[in-house]
Amino acid sequence: MRPVVWVPADAAAVAAGADEVAAAFAAAGATVRRNGSRGMLWLEPLVEIETPAGRIGYAACTPEEVAAVLEGSRESIGLVEAHPWLTYQDRVTFARVGRIEPADLTAYQLHGGLLGLRRALTLDPAAVVAEVTASGLRGRGGAGFPTGVKWETVRTAAGEVKFVCANADEGDSGTFADRMLIEGDPLSLIEGMTIAAYAVGAHEGFVYVRSEYPHAIAALRRAIAVATDAGILGASVLGSGFAFTLEVRVGAGAYICGEETSMLDSLEGKRGEVRAKPPIPALQGLFGAPTIVNNVLSLATVPMILADGGAAYAARGIGRSRGTQVFQLAGNIARGGVVEVPFGVPLRTLVEDWGGGTRSGRPVKALQVGGPLGAYVPATQLDLVAGYEELAAAGAMLGHGGIVVFDDTMDAAAMARFAMEFCAKESCGKCTPCRIGSTRGVEVIDRIRVGPPESRAAEVELLQDLCLTMERGSLCAMGGLTPLPVRSALTHFPEDFGGSR
Amino acid sequence: MPGSSAAPPTAPPASRADRVRALATDRLTLRGPLLPILHAVMDEFGWIAEEDLPIIADVLNLSRADVHGVVTFYHDFRRTPPPAHRVQICRGEACQAVGAQGLYEAATDRFADDTTIEVAEVFCLGNCALGPSGTIDGHLLGRLTLDRIDAAAAGWSR
Ligand SMILES: Cc1cc2nc3c(=O)[nH]c(=O)nc-3n(C[C@H](O)[C@H](O)[C@H](O)COP(=O)(O)O)c2cc1C
Ligand code: SF4
Ligand code: FES
Repeated sequence: MRPVVWVPADAAAVAAGADEVAAAFAAAGATVRRNGSRGMLWLEPLVEIETPAGRIGYAACTPEEVAAVLEGSRESIGLVEAHPWLTYQDRVTFARVGRIEPADLTAYQLHGGLLGLRRALTLDPAAVVAEVTASGLRGRGGAGFPTGVKWETVRTAAGEVKFVCANADEGDSGTFADRMLIEGDPLSLIEGMTIAAYAVGAHEGFVYVRSEYPHAIAALRRAIAVATDAGILGASVLGSGFAFTLEVRVGAGAYICGEETSMLDSLEGKRGEVRAKPPIPALQGLFGAPTIVNNVLSLATVPMILADGGAAYAARGIGRSRGTQVFQLAGNIARGGVVEVPFGVPLRTLVEDWGGGTRSGRPVKALQVGGPLGAYVPATQLDLVAGYEELAAAGAMLGHGGIVVFDDTMDAAAMARFAMEFCAKESCGKCTPCRIGSTRGVEVIDRIRVGPPESRAAEVELLQDLCLTMERGSLCAMGGLTPLPVRSALTHFPEDFGGSR
Repeated sequence: MPGSSAAPPTAPPASRADRVRALATDRLTLRGPLLPILHAVMDEFGWIAEEDLPIIADVLNLSRADVHGVVTFYHDFRRTPPPAHRVQICRGEACQAVGAQGLYEAATDRFADDTTIEVAEVFCLGNCALGPSGTIDGHLLGRLTLDRIDAAAAGWSR
């Protein structure tokens, strides 16, 4: 019998040489299947061989080792699904990622796919929204707005034409869960969007994917074609008579297009400038029509909520953070990747137990949680638990769940400067505090870092004023939250700015 | 149409202007067709030329200034022909945590005098657990080093 070998087609695995490994297995006569990544990214390319007992993993496999793997003489990590990195997780949104081929509809259904959509189609649209509301699901794109509330606004909005848009711009550095979900289980996003469309009466959907994600774009287009052929998308979704079609749109290298109104303008073919709110997109969104804009993870979680009921999801988590969060461990980390667990996990557990500390082996100095607009959390606060309100109370932000680890060689002033530089480069330019303030911020931090010590206190005060102006005077969170990483760096690491603790 | 059946076996190559017009016209039925059109021009030619703008504007019934405004807003839409080779290095925070800033500066220096190689910054490629990340001629790479970039460049005829 030909051996069956799984080699991830996830971009991170491909970057580590997975395509060459897959070709070598095919040349050696194996049947090669291309799954998504299990999320244990430090082990990529993680090859799995099917055995009667389950899939056995071979970490960091190279083309030269193919023969040894097939003979069984190469060291393995044992049964992949018994690996503690996975068994201690609670995978809901990522349940299928890494286990199936991304466009394999049969495998998708064997692992619970389409149950949510089938059930939704038997319910009244209002009941579908009610289920999502009951789950407590909050938007995973960063703002944490209750998804059910947003959907209800769109559902009850007047309008013949409505849209569902998935935000797959994932511009935050240190985040890659949207990408991995789309590459590993794109049908779950498609199913979630179809449920959303049915719930609000939309017949057209768009997925806005950033251009930096060519693998995800290809995987999604393929899955849409498969879903269309199978009648999951099209004139009559699963024979229900409800029509829904889906189109992929590609971004063009602008971070601000992850902000929902900027994304809508970009979809309309305009400059991606942020719109003033109100009107909110739920009432006047794409081409002025009521529009759902949700993050990829929010939408991809909906099928499970419909299949198992909102209560099953809401049973997980802490406080007002219900369900699971897909954390992404990044930066200077020994074991980086995706950890999906209920809200309430301490940051320390994520960074030390899952992540294994820094890759460099040096002490952790800080984490940046929640992307480039998120705060720097010092190592002394590693016992904070991850929840929306819990982090906010400590002056930090969960954002899209990215955790970037820095060791003690980090220069907090340089990172604060970078936050301002990034804002200056990626500002949409609509408001002055963000557009001009960020450039001034770079200059002030430069003067703090290299200027004469006697003027330092005055410059720091100027920086604080600038942060306040940006925070208060910016139209969106780009200018409004850039002060968060800057101030947190200054507060926790004054010595990096030439001051004393 | 007389003579249409007698078209020469190898049609003369279409001019850039004709191709741009065709790429735009093909996408007219899309909602919000401008970005898909600009991507199509990028995919075919690798850059967007000044003379493409009035053609696209004409097909979409927009002003040339409108199209210009959109093209200049997005980093991806380059207005000059692409270099023979392109290296992108991620300067996102996760990559900076593992030395990306030094790598970016070193690579920029290394190829500063070489007009056939462009070193560009990029902010996150979604490979943040295995940084520093970058691309070499469009291929995503993790744990990137200057040696690996040098090794790739050594194979390029310059
Ligand atoms: C500067 C900026 C960038 C953003 N980038 C993203 C992004 O890349 N992906 C995303 O889903 N949301 C992003 N958001 C949040 C969106 O505006 C919006 O809140 C979200 O897409 C709504 O979906 P959700 O409720 O499911 O989170 C960004 C917001 C701002 C201000
Ligand atoms: S804060 Fe910045 S990005 Fe946001 S609208 Fe204003 S200028 Fe644009
Ligand atoms: S920050 Fe460099 S790949 Fe994400």
